[in-house]
Amino acid sequence: MRRVKRSNRVQACLPVCLFAFGVVLLCLELSTAGAVRAAATGRTGEHLVYASPLELLFSPDGARLYVLCSQSDEVRVLDGVTYAVIKNIPVGHQPRGFSLSPDATRLFVANSWDDTLSVIDTRALNVAATWPVGAEPSSVVEDRQGRRLFVANRISNDIAVLNAQTGAREKQLVAGRGASYITPSPDRSRLYVTHIYPNATPHRTSPESEISVVDAARAEMVDRIPLRGIAGVFHVATSADGRLGVVAALHPKNLVPLTAVEHGAAMQDTLTLFGPRVGNKPVEVPLDELDRYAARPFGVAITPDNSRIYVTSGGSELVVAIDLPRLLHYVQTHGGPAYDLSASSNYVVTRIPVGHDPRGVALSPNGRRLVVANRLDDTISVIDTRTDRLVSTVALAGPKEVSVLRHGEQTFYTARQSFHGGIGCANCHIDSTFDGLQWDLEPDGLGRDILDNRTLEDIKDTAPYKWNGGNPDLPTECGPRTEKYFWRSENYDDLTLTDLVAYVRSLPARPNRSHLPGYELTPDQARGKVIFNRTADNFGKPIPEASRCSYCHSGDLGTNKRSFDVGTKKATDDSGLFDTPQLTDIALTAPYLHDGSAATLEEIWTIYNPHDRHGRTNDLTKDQLNDLIEYLRSR
Amino acid sequence: MRHAINKLWVTAVFIATTMLAVAAPPNMPRYRFVNYTIANGLPDNHVYCVLVDGNRVWAGTDNGLGLYENGKWKTYNTKDGLAHQAVLSLSLDKRTGDVWAGTMGGLSRISGGRIDTFTQLNSGLSNNVVYGVSVEGENVWVATAAGACRLNLSTVQWTLYNERNTPMEEIWVYGVSAAPDKVYFAVWGSGLMEYTQKTGNWDKYEDPDRETEMVLFKNQGLIHNVVSSVSYVDKIVWASTYFGDSRYDGRYWQNFLTKDSGLPSNFTNYVKSVDANHAWFCTDKGLAYYDGANWAVYTPSLVTGEPQMTVRNATGNVTAVPVTTAPANNYILGIDLQGGDIWVATAGGLSHGILQR
Repeated sequence: MRRVKRSNRVQACLPVCLFAFGVVLLCLELSTAGAVRAAATGRTGEHLVYASPLELLFSPDGARLYVLCSQSDEVRVLDGVTYAVIKNIPVGHQPRGFSLSPDATRLFVANSWDDTLSVIDTRALNVAATWPVGAEPSSVVEDRQGRRLFVANRISNDIAVLNAQTGAREKQLVAGRGASYITPSPDRSRLYVTHIYPNATPHRTSPESEISVVDAARAEMVDRIPLRGIAGVFHVATSADGRLGVVAALHPKNLVPLTAVEHGAAMQDTLTLFGPRVGNKPVEVPLDELDRYAARPFGVAITPDNSRIYVTSGGSELVVAIDLPRLLHYVQTHGGPAYDLSASSNYVVTRIPVGHDPRGVALSPNGRRLVVANRLDDTISVIDTRTDRLVSTVALAGPKEVSVLRHGEQTFYTARQSFHGGIGCANCHIDSTFDGLQWDLEPDGLGRDILDNRTLEDIKDTAPYKWNGGNPDLPTECGPRTEKYFWRSENYDDLTLTDLVAYVRSLPARPNRSHLPGYELTPDQARGKVIFNRTADNFGKPIPEASRCSYCHSGDLGTNKRSFDVGTKKATDDSGLFDTPQLTDIALTAPYLHDGSAATLEEIWTIYNPHDRHGRTNDLTKDQLNDLIEYLRSR
Repeated sequence: MRHAINKLWVTAVFIATTMLAVAAPPNMPRYRFVNYTIANGLPDNHVYCVLVDGNRVWAGTDNGLGLYENGKWKTYNTKDGLAHQAVLSLSLDKRTGDVWAGTMGGLSRISGGRIDTFTQLNSGLSNNVVYGVSVEGENVWVATAAGACRLNLSTVQWTLYNERNTPMEEIWVYGVSAAPDKVYFAVWGSGLMEYTQKTGNWDKYEDPDRETEMVLFKNQGLIHNVVSSVSYVDKIVWASTYFGDSRYDGRYWQNFLTKDSGLPSNFTNYVKSVDANHAWFCTDKGLAYYDGANWAVYTPSLVTGEPQMTVRNATGNVTAVPVTTAPANNYILGIDLQGGDIWVATAGGLSHGILQR
């Protein structure tokens, strides 16, 4: 972040410098204070719509570059050599993933917030069809024969299998939690599916994730490659011969107290290699070095000649170039412990600075060029793979001004604020949500007050913050607390913090998929609502006000913003008083309770409410409890 | 005279042919049984259920879920995430290849090697004792010790069926068989429950005489209310009870008792129908096959333990067929089909019946 600020400052100073060469030094000196404020205060509070390129694709002949623009809801078609705009094609809301059919005549786009697929005719360059799919489609791949489409759905944690000609849904396959990215093997016989949230494991055990392996011909799940200790898995790339797969992932250290961030103490950024080239077991290797991190690895590409792996690092704003033969040699000779921060010097060739929050990558068909989507810059970095150097930066059309929200989002997604640049907000709030993990933060004492990470969606009016309600507002939550216990580095300047808070306050709740059209309740939900609001139990006995669901979880957000002791205090907790969490999209944010000990909504009441302190519920029949859950899922 | 001789000759041929026909037993399937026990890799000898999935065979045992593949057994147990070591029921989702296992401690889904478990505490499952499971389309139908329930795989919503919203008097549901049009539940003590998918309506079939030890009205309704399993194929429902078995075509009932059929015992744990006219019955005294007219029984002798196969034709004549192998135990708990072969769950091991051509 500091680097970019300086860049802005220099731009702000440039006219002055041109006007008076003799005061260059003075100008730079000024830039550390006044010029920064000028740039910041000059930001508009308008909600500008940026392109926000997320993923890239070359056509097989390299003549076109398709750019998936996640905020402007478009696919932009550029010339594959000159990057001149050919056409902008509007698609659905918040497109998150796309891919070409094997014959490249159709481009499929997964629109994550309106649960549709856009089918683009690549000859006519228009949307030929829009098909409904599952909950929050995030990527899509067609099989080799053009019979089926496979769509990773983030919210329903599955892979929808569709008829590729009609869009009719055949079935869904169970994937990992937060299923998001699909990569086909070179012959498209296998699909590798990753997921951004860890799968359920027993409380306070190591997180586990997987690469779900689909047999495309049978459309069945045939294997799950385990990713031990990993939470947050992003893109997979496969070698041209299909004998090596590489996946970018986060390796959190959430089981030990978060007393430091240096030496990868909070989180590590890793690659996991799998396939015949590395034997039967996947091998995890670090991308980080002691003071050079590759925070939030996301996009991966392997050159056709198997000489390089490229990995984008969203938080560190760079591309890591890896010598693949040296990496394989290292794995064969050392095994590849992920915690060894001296390891990556054996295979990382260089780290190439690019723009804000680099995400998807694509190699030109001849492998000579690597293009990188800088999501929060609206630019594409072009890297020459023969020299591993940035050769150009292509600016996409759109607002050039950095708005308050944009700057806040850049601040949220960068890792440059933290000590050594190891982590950023988005490490634990993946895509501005949560990470499904429980952390032991330092201020409460080591091993004390284990806390579940909460989502950020729609939190603007839910103050106070933290599970103990100790932070009265978001500036406190995002500012001093975060700076002291997470970044362990310099403070945000006031305006940056303001922009960051503005961004966090702007995060909306995602669409609730349990609603009927028109927001009517199903019969089950309606019965559950009656239970939620009831004032007497099944025996006709009045329920005290504080023991009614609707008392603490009141209002549209489902919280009265006060703390209560609901009997969930553990031996490691200093207090039993906990902030009442909001109910927005509560069904998506398992596990539950302050320490994440309840794996499901049901367990809140079947296991952790033996004395009715978390509402009067022990009189409920199983039918009634199920109805209550159905109502909560509709919140 | 010649006419008389010819007549005598024709009569003799007819009598001889008839006698031959009577003497030759019906051509019922014969098997060579290969038995699996803990001695050759089966997790436990007490096998509650068996499921064939192509070349893979799943065995639900008292001590884990066994998978037989490529000539080897692999065992899944609670340490792998299985809900409970005792696996009572199995069902294959033919669309996805996922296997659902009903256990004494909940319901588990085995998908691509990963096991997810649903219990009465962590999900909407009505009870942890899952006697039966049947996957149809996007729904998983579950028979439990406290009613039936349905998990919609698309919405992840649970719906419970019990005495509060069905005609079920008892809620001890022993078995379930689901098809696109109907879902049948075998309810211990409450007969057979029928759910019509299109309308959501329930119907109930009970023993018309409601006698526990007598059959007063044979073929006028379900043979007995203590129903242990149900199988619905080709719009024909077959029900097994501990007091005989029933077949119902939507209009007529046909009941089977030892005294007037080839059933080796009225105590039937499980029934699996092949089509409208063929079915397998798993009893405490051997495995029985019914082809619509004739019966075959496969079992180790209850007296000597020697392999035994008997055939009963439509007229009631019983013939012993010489065999050298038999199911691992006479107490049969389940069966599934693998082409012409059968896999049989018994109280003494799992048996692979290899069809002899």
